[in-house]
Amino acid sequence: MTATAITSDTKSHEELVDEKIVKFYLITALIFLTTSMLAGILVALQMIRHNPFAGIELFSPGRWRMVHTNAVAYGFLANGFLGCLHWAIPRLTLQPVANKKLSWFIFAAWQVVVGATAIGILLGEAQGLEWGETPVWIDPLAQVGLLLVAINFMTPIARMKGPMYVSLWYFLAAFVWTFLTYAMGNFIPEYFVSGTSAGAVGGLFIHDLVGLFVTPLGWGLMYYFVPILLKRPIWSHGLSLVGFWGLAFFYPLQGIHHFLYTPIPLFLQYGAIVSTIAVELVVTTVIINFFGSIWGNAGVVRTNLPIRWFYTGMIYYFLTCLQCAFQVTLTFQKVIHFTDWVVGHAHMVMFGVFSMWIMGMMTYLFPRLLGRNWASRSLCEWHYWLSTLGLFVMAADLILLGLFQGWSWAALEPWDASVDFSFPFWVLRVIAGLAMFGGLLAFLTNIWLTFRAAPVTAPVKSGGLLPT
Amino acid sequence: MFESKSGILYIAGIGFFALAFVSNALVPWLMYRDIPEKTVAELINPNLRYQFEDLARRYPDSFNATYGTPPGGDAKDDAWWNEKCADALRTGHKLYVGEGCWHCHSQFVRPVSNEEERWGPVSRSVEYQNELQRPVLFGTRRVGPDLCREGGRRSNDWHAVHFFKPESLSQASPMPEYPWFFDGSPDKPNAKGLAIMTYIQWLGSWQESYPYYEAYVPSPVRKPEEIQETE
Repeated sequence: MTATAITSDTKSHEELVDEKIVKFYLITALIFLTTSMLAGILVALQMIRHNPFAGIELFSPGRWRMVHTNAVAYGFLANGFLGCLHWAIPRLTLQPVANKKLSWFIFAAWQVVVGATAIGILLGEAQGLEWGETPVWIDPLAQVGLLLVAINFMTPIARMKGPMYVSLWYFLAAFVWTFLTYAMGNFIPEYFVSGTSAGAVGGLFIHDLVGLFVTPLGWGLMYYFVPILLKRPIWSHGLSLVGFWGLAFFYPLQGIHHFLYTPIPLFLQYGAIVSTIAVELVVTTVIINFFGSIWGNAGVVRTNLPIRWFYTGMIYYFLTCLQCAFQVTLTFQKVIHFTDWVVGHAHMVMFGVFSMWIMGMMTYLFPRLLGRNWASRSLCEWHYWLSTLGLFVMAADLILLGLFQGWSWAALEPWDASVDFSFPFWVLRVIAGLAMFGGLLAFLTNIWLTFRAAPVTAPVKSGGLLPT
Repeated sequence: MFESKSGILYIAGIGFFALAFVSNALVPWLMYRDIPEKTVAELINPNLRYQFEDLARRYPDSFNATYGTPPGGDAKDDAWWNEKCADALRTGHKLYVGEGCWHCHSQFVRPVSNEEERWGPVSRSVEYQNELQRPVLFGTRRVGPDLCREGGRRSNDWHAVHFFKPESLSQASPMPEYPWFFDGSPDKPNAKGLAIMTYIQWLGSWQESYPYYEAYVPSPVRKPEEIQETE
């Protein structure tokens, strides 16, 4: 592999990256994350029957539950990723995005989509598709938005000369996949098929949204940021190839594993199960590749906070994928399907992995975007530890509770018994959630303090941190 | 090929996506294409009509305010009731989706974990081939009980009180209250209240085992010939 030569006509960072749009995306992402976490806390309080807004239509926990998941997927993860992509893609390809005005149009349009989704859901207009509750009248706009995103980012990749780096494989595929996935999930089960077949399409949609939108963007950005921060290359190019092509082939084949034991034909369920177990082997190669990259230099996690976020996310990624290889089997499904196990799993993926990665990238980028070092190292540490430990407690609590619920139901105990013993677990979940929210507040405070501090003239410090 | 733009775009981006779509979505789609999709009007059955007319008897003021009164004449009345019942089902379904009921209540019975004992007969594909399963409401979580065999298990009065304030009937229930389905008290359901109750009473009303009761023992009063046989 030959590196693209940096010549005198190579564009400078300022010509390539629109730092302002990166900043806007990241701040908007944090606003939606705050909204989403408050929504989550509201629902968690309803579960322990301490909802302060009981009986108020606009605060109905059922509606805010959908705001919670949609704000994370489309408000936080999508905005966070788009912000980081505006940084990474021009720097990787040495080409600016197709059109910087188009970037701002996409930014505005996307916030309209997410905001309208939230308002539509709160007014009771949701669509009956998990993670696709976006009211049907917004779907076409979202679809156009995704097309424009693809055009804007695929142009610099197309113009680029020389071999493509691993990150760009993931990005290129992700833009195509996200567009196709959204179209499939939001239109086919609404207008073309019903019943069991719609269930199969819906399962494929929620699955592809994680696997073909969030996952490739997340890994692509890890392949970009980790070597830069570690100042050494990725351990094995061969394993990078195995990881990408294995994910691309096996991940989309698993949609039906969300609806095992439904009337969907059993041979299709078996297919989804087998390919799920296969993808866990692929995941293992990716994890080995990244741990090979840091091998011998792991001490940096003490001082380099972004790297610490990234590798914590990777550990959670391995755990959640390992869990997945077991929970996808019919034996586990008998017990854990419909229980809080699934909720624990979902939080470990969405918060433990992808949110952690975005937090790491934000910890790296904000000092650069603001031209100031982080105001407080200890607030950075609080953010990390409250998030990491809060999530660990929440996931462990819900996964364990899921087993108890599943066994209780299978033993035909009265339904109320399972609600009664869930109560203390649900209380612990509120506490863990508040800890995670506390971490976010520490981060927001830190950004504010950094923003108010005097700018530095020298380049910001490695990892964006003050010395300890 | 494995690192080129076109390889990634066409093989991974489009090819593998299409392969998954064909195997995971198109195959079940084609397998079930011969099961006709029922419209809402075709879903109305005598069990549901009974419950719907029961709503009219219990809450005449609310009912007349929402649906008006039957125009009179038997055959014509029948068509009128069916039409209003279909309206109620559509509105009820929209509420069930909009309020996020389906995130805490599943609508399918699995053939494992004694679910047949608790909820009733295992779900079949044909049950889902209708307009009110666009998109399908299988659900993924049971904070509360499964509802696909719920119709007829409880009276409309029970549902009204339960929607108004679940805790008054089910002490530890984490279910939110829905006072906006009522005009101030549980005996005054509004258009939304009547619709959601119709929808809930529809669930499972097509089953032969309707209504399904958990651990139901048929009448202890035995027929004379049965007594002679056992003794």
